[in-house]
Amino acid sequence: MTTLTIDPTTTSDLDIDRPRGGAFAAQVRHSVALARRSLIKTIRTPEALIDVTLQPVIFLLLFTYIFGGALSGGDRHSYLQYLLPGLLAQSLAMGGIALGQNLNADIEKGVFDRFRSLPVARSAPLVGAVAADVVRYLTVCVVMLGFGTIMGFRVETGFLPAVAAVALAIGFGLSFCWISVWVGMLVRTSGAVQGVMFLLIFPLSFGSPVFVQSNTLPGWLQAFVHVNPITPLVNTIRGLLVGGPVAGPLWQTLAWMAGLLVVFVPLALRAYARRA
Amino acid sequence: MSAARRSLLGMTDLVVRAEGLRKRYGKTQALDGVDLAMRRGTVLGVLGPNGAGKTTAVRVLATLLRPDAGYAEVAGIDVLKHPQRVRRRIGLTGQYASVDEDLTGTQNLVLIGQLLDLTTRDAKKRAAELLEWFDLSEAAGRPAKTYSGGMRRRLDLAASLVGRPEVIFLDEPTTGLDPAKREDMWGVVRSQITQGSSVLLTTQYLEEADALADEIVVINKGRVIAHDTPDGLKRRVGGLTLRVRPADPARVSDALRVLDLVASPGNTASTDTAAGARPGAVSVPVVDDTALDIVVPALRQAGIEVNDLGLHLPSLDEVFHALTEDAPLEAELV
Ligand SMILES: Nc1ncnc2c1ncn2[C@@H]1O[C@H](COP(=O)(O)OP(=O)(O)O)[C@@H](O)[C@H]1O
Ligand SMILES: [Mg+2]
Repeated sequence: MTTLTIDPTTTSDLDIDRPRGGAFAAQVRHSVALARRSLIKTIRTPEALIDVTLQPVIFLLLFTYIFGGALSGGDRHSYLQYLLPGLLAQSLAMGGIALGQNLNADIEKGVFDRFRSLPVARSAPLVGAVAADVVRYLTVCVVMLGFGTIMGFRVETGFLPAVAAVALAIGFGLSFCWISVWVGMLVRTSGAVQGVMFLLIFPLSFGSPVFVQSNTLPGWLQAFVHVNPITPLVNTIRGLLVGGPVAGPLWQTLAWMAGLLVVFVPLALRAYARRA
Repeated sequence: MSAARRSLLGMTDLVVRAEGLRKRYGKTQALDGVDLAMRRGTVLGVLGPNGAGKTTAVRVLATLLRPDAGYAEVAGIDVLKHPQRVRRRIGLTGQYASVDEDLTGTQNLVLIGQLLDLTTRDAKKRAAELLEWFDLSEAAGRPAKTYSGGMRRRLDLAASLVGRPEVIFLDEPTTGLDPAKREDMWGVVRSQITQGSSVLLTTQYLEEADALADEIVVINKGRVIAHDTPDGLKRRVGGLTLRVRPADPARVSDALRVLDLVASPGNTASTDTAAGARPGAVSVPVVDDTALDIVVPALRQAGIEVNDLGLHLPSLDEVFHALTEDAPLEAELV
C-alpha cells in the first residue's frame, strides 16, 4: 500500500511569508527591478533628458560667452576652466529635480498604489527610482566634459583625478536628490516640486564659488558661501579637474553627503508612508 | 495550515472580515463604522453610489490606508498588524487604471511578478500566460500608452492576478466599459472563483452585483445599510420588472391583461409609476427573463404594438428608497 503524503512545509503559511533569499536580498532585487522600470521610462522619453543635456550646455555657453569676458578681464579660456567644474556641481543639484517630479506624478496617477499592495519593502520604489537616476547624472558629466572640451576646456590634472571628480559628482547627485524626493512626497503637484527646488538651488548655486570667486562678494554673502554644501563640492571638483587643494574640501563634501542622506532619506520615506 | 485542511475549512470560513471601520477626511466621514464579511470562494458585491466609501473600504482592506478605528482581517491575517503578509495573498485592481504607461504589457506584468518574488523566468511565463488569456498577446510588446481604455483595464486586471492571489479586490472593474466588455469582465471574475480565489468587487449597479455576487453589501455615506443575498435583496427592494409601453395609449388595459400572464406569484400588472418610467407604460414584477418568451408572442397575437419593452432591476436610487423605508435594515444571514 502506498501512502500519499503532503509535505506540510511546502504549503505552510510561514513559507510564503518568507521572501526568496531573505529579506535583504529581496529588497535589493526589488529595488533593482524598480530601477529597471525607471530606466525603461527614461529611454522611452528621451525628451525628459533635456535638463541633463541641453540645459547645462546652454548655461555653459551663456556664462562663457556672455559673462566670461567681463568676469575674467577678457580671458574666456581661463574663465571656462574656472566655470565648468562649478557648473557641473550646479547641474547635478538641478538634475535631481525631475526625480521628485516623476515620483510625485506616479503617486498622483496611482501607479504606486499597485506597488504598495505588493509585498515589497516600503523603501524599494524610492530607492529603485534614485538608483536609476545614476544614468542621468552620468549623462550630465559626459555632456559637460564632452561639450566643454569642444569649447576648449582641458583637464589639467590627469585621467584618474577626472574619473574621481565624476564619481564624486554622481555621488553628490545621489545624496542631494533625496531632498527632491522628499519634496515630491510632500507637495500636491509635480509643478510645485520644481518651484520649491528652484527656490532652494538658485541661492545655493549663486551663493557659491560656481560663477565667481567668493572673495569678490560682500561679507555677509561670504558667510553664506562658507556654510553652503555646494561650496566644498565645487572646490573639490575644481581641484580634481584643474588643480588645487582637494583633501580639505573632499572631507567636507563627504560629510555633507552623509548628512544629506541621514536627514533626507528618513524624511522622504516617512513622507511616502504617510501619503496614502 | 495545510492546503488540505484549509479546503476543508473553506466551506465556512471568512476570508475577509472587517468590524467598525472608520475613516475621516477633513469634514467627510468616508467610513462610519463599516462591517464586512466575505466567505471563502465567493464573490462579495459592495454596492453603493459615488462617494459611498467603497474605494476607501477597499484601500483599507488592501493595506493601502490605515483606518482611524476598526479591525480588518484578510485571509485570516490582521491587516493592520501584518500588512506585508496580507500583501502576499491579495491582488488589487483600483478604480483608476494604475498600469505604467511607458512600459509594455509584458514589462508591466513581469515587473509585478518580480516584486512578488517570482524568478524572472517564471515572471515572464506568467506574464505571457495572462496576456494570452486577456487577449493582449498581440499588444504585449507595445507601451501601454498605446492601449485603448478597455485594453488598459484588462492589463490592470491581469496585473492583479500575477501572484494567483487568494483574495482579489476589484474597485468598480466595469465602470466605463461597454456592455460586451462588461460581460467579458464578468466571465473573468467567475473564472477566478472556479480557480479557488475569492473576489470582493465594488459596483454602482444592482445588475452587476446580482449577476456576480453571492452576497451583496449595500453601503451609503460610509455605512452598511444592508447585507443580503441577491435574492434576499431583491425581495426587499423589488426584483425584476417587465416594462412595456403600448404605441396606442388606448391599448393600455389590453397590455395589462397580457402582462398578468407572467406576473410573479402574488403580483399583478399595473400602470407604471416608478421613477423614470415614461407616461403610458405598464409594468409587472416577473420571476425571470423567460417572461419575455411568453409576453412577446402574446402581444403580437393581441395586435398590440409597443414602443418600448424591457426587463429592469431597480436602479440604485430605487434600492435606497426601498431599503430606507424597510425595517429592519440588517437581514439575518446564516
Ligand atoms: N484622499 C481623500 N481626501 C479627501 N476626501 C476623500 C479622500 N478620499 C475619499 N474622500 C471622500 O470620502 C468619501 C468616500 O469616498 P470613496 O471611498 O472614494 O467613495 P466611492 O469609492 O464609494 O465613490 C467621499 O466623500 C470622498 O470625497
Ligand atoms: Mg470609488
